[in-house]
Amino acid sequence: MNIALKDIRHGLFRFVLTCFGLGLLMTVVLAMIGIYNGLVADALAIVKLPKADLWVVEARTKGPFAEASKIPASTRDAVLRMPGVSEAGAITFQTIETAHAGRSLRLYVIGFERGRPGGPDRIVAGRTIGASHFELVADRKSGLQVGDVVRLGRNRFSVVGLVEDAMNSGGDPAAFVTLADALELQTTLDPAAARIQAARGSEPAYKPTVAAIIARVAPGADIGLLTATVRQWKHLGALTQAEQESLLLVSVVDRARRQIGLFLGILLTVSAVVIALIIYTMTMEKLKQIATLKLIGAPDRTIIGLIVQQALILGASGWGIGLVLILLVKDAFPRRVVLEPFNVMVLAGIIAAVCLLASGLGVRAALKVDPATALGS
Amino acid sequence: MPLGDILVDVQSIAKHFGEGETRVDALRSVDLQVRAGEVVALLGPSGSGKTTLLNIIGCILEPSAGKVALDGELVFDKGWLRTDLRRLRLDKIGFIFQSHNLLPFLTAEENVAVVLDLAGWQPEDNANRVHELLDYLEVGHRAKVKPALLSGGEAQRVAIARALANRPRIILADEPTAALDSVRAQLVMDLLRKLAVEQEACIITVTHDEKIFDRFDRLVNLRDGRLVNG
Repeated sequence: MNIALKDIRHGLFRFVLTCFGLGLLMTVVLAMIGIYNGLVADALAIVKLPKADLWVVEARTKGPFAEASKIPASTRDAVLRMPGVSEAGAITFQTIETAHAGRSLRLYVIGFERGRPGGPDRIVAGRTIGASHFELVADRKSGLQVGDVVRLGRNRFSVVGLVEDAMNSGGDPAAFVTLADALELQTTLDPAAARIQAARGSEPAYKPTVAAIIARVAPGADIGLLTATVRQWKHLGALTQAEQESLLLVSVVDRARRQIGLFLGILLTVSAVVIALIIYTMTMEKLKQIATLKLIGAPDRTIIGLIVQQALILGASGWGIGLVLILLVKDAFPRRVVLEPFNVMVLAGIIAAVCLLASGLGVRAALKVDPATALGS
Repeated sequence: MPLGDILVDVQSIAKHFGEGETRVDALRSVDLQVRAGEVVALLGPSGSGKTTLLNIIGCILEPSAGKVALDGELVFDKGWLRTDLRRLRLDKIGFIFQSHNLLPFLTAEENVAVVLDLAGWQPEDNANRVHELLDYLEVGHRAKVKPALLSGGEAQRVAIARALANRPRIILADEPTAALDSVRAQLVMDLLRKLAVEQEACIITVTHDEKIFDRFDRLVNLRDGRLVNG
């Protein structure tokens, strides 16, 4: 006879309510874990997207994400000629705010060379860019649909495809356009400003600059040597993919990451205290019954089993409810909530450990109960 | 009625609480023997040591001095001679409480079955014994009901069934009729008496209930921790 389950069934409504409350708390914990992961994943998504091995940027800058970087677009040819480099492409990044369907739309516009690294990966709807101009592939979180037309600068772009999980560290969804269109967006002035510049006779010569050249190396090529070689060119800097990722985490999202990490730590501590209090209170309410069990001859393992089983059922239910709730609502968050199975299992482990520790307090109190307490009224 | 073996043999039992100026002597050199089939009442004013003596016999309170033998086994002599006192209670002693103390989350039959479960009875034998007892105590029709829905008399009969389930030879009862009216109190005592004879058990009851004094074979009076008669 499992008296732990019998006791739960006896006060089922109250137990379910407690589990639900704990489940809501677990939802918040899982949401914070997901937001934390999402922040890191978002920050790295844009760096990982081109699947580059080497980032060639402006000398003495940590571009193009931590700092602005401007290098001539023609650098791509020089990089491509380096021994060991198999592919290279110029790339630009800029944030543009526009209006679409009556609402403001903020996009992280990535200009890339068609047929070279840096373009959209894994199209989930529509197709990739097939024309030299005025086509756009957007991240699904932008709210754009295939066939939509959106105005960027002085031109109208047709949305031809959608991707997922492409955004910058601020959470702005990415929009891929051709490098030519991106450069025009960067350099073309508003007509009124252009007229004034022309009247002043100071129309600048068009010198296309890009944010970086991304390169992929051939198997077996020495990336360290390539990086060192690029750095010898005084006007260029070079970062490996790993350096770029670590730079982004350290320079761009570190504070936000630590902020959320600290809050997550506080939340886990509060959850642990709440779980411990619930289990302890549940045990204290049963002391008379525990005394009766001891008096009629129940061994310690029966008493311990009663408390520990209920604690673990409570913890498992809270965890399960929390997981279901967060899976149901995570897509409603404006930014990505990324829950890895590893995180979910670690939280399960933490809850199990907290439940066992908390039930330890209850068990201690229960084992101290004098069976004589059951006698008398 | 012929009396059987000595089931409870308490010799020169003393119990004090605290030391020095705060020392309270709850029991002073008490001797008591109770035989199989005997129904004994422990009487005395509040603080006389009745419950202390009952707890010592029930192996839930350690005496300061003396010897305790239960069902022919010496269990205390300058210290407990058994480490598994709960198993001893499970096998040899049945408890009946003032308020029935049934576990509220178990049905009537489960409250009885839990003792047999702890004692290691096979499920089939367990179920048979539970229903035999509940039917005998005329609460078989309430087997699936939880204690909150039982009347006082029904709950006390289920509590008696639980106390008798593992066929203990020593039944200890603390004010078992306190929550019952006089008619039900006498019925419960008659029932206990009958069971004591049938199971060759002894019953030791702490009571203040004068209405049931005539249901006992012996009245043992305690005053200030000493036996006045018995």
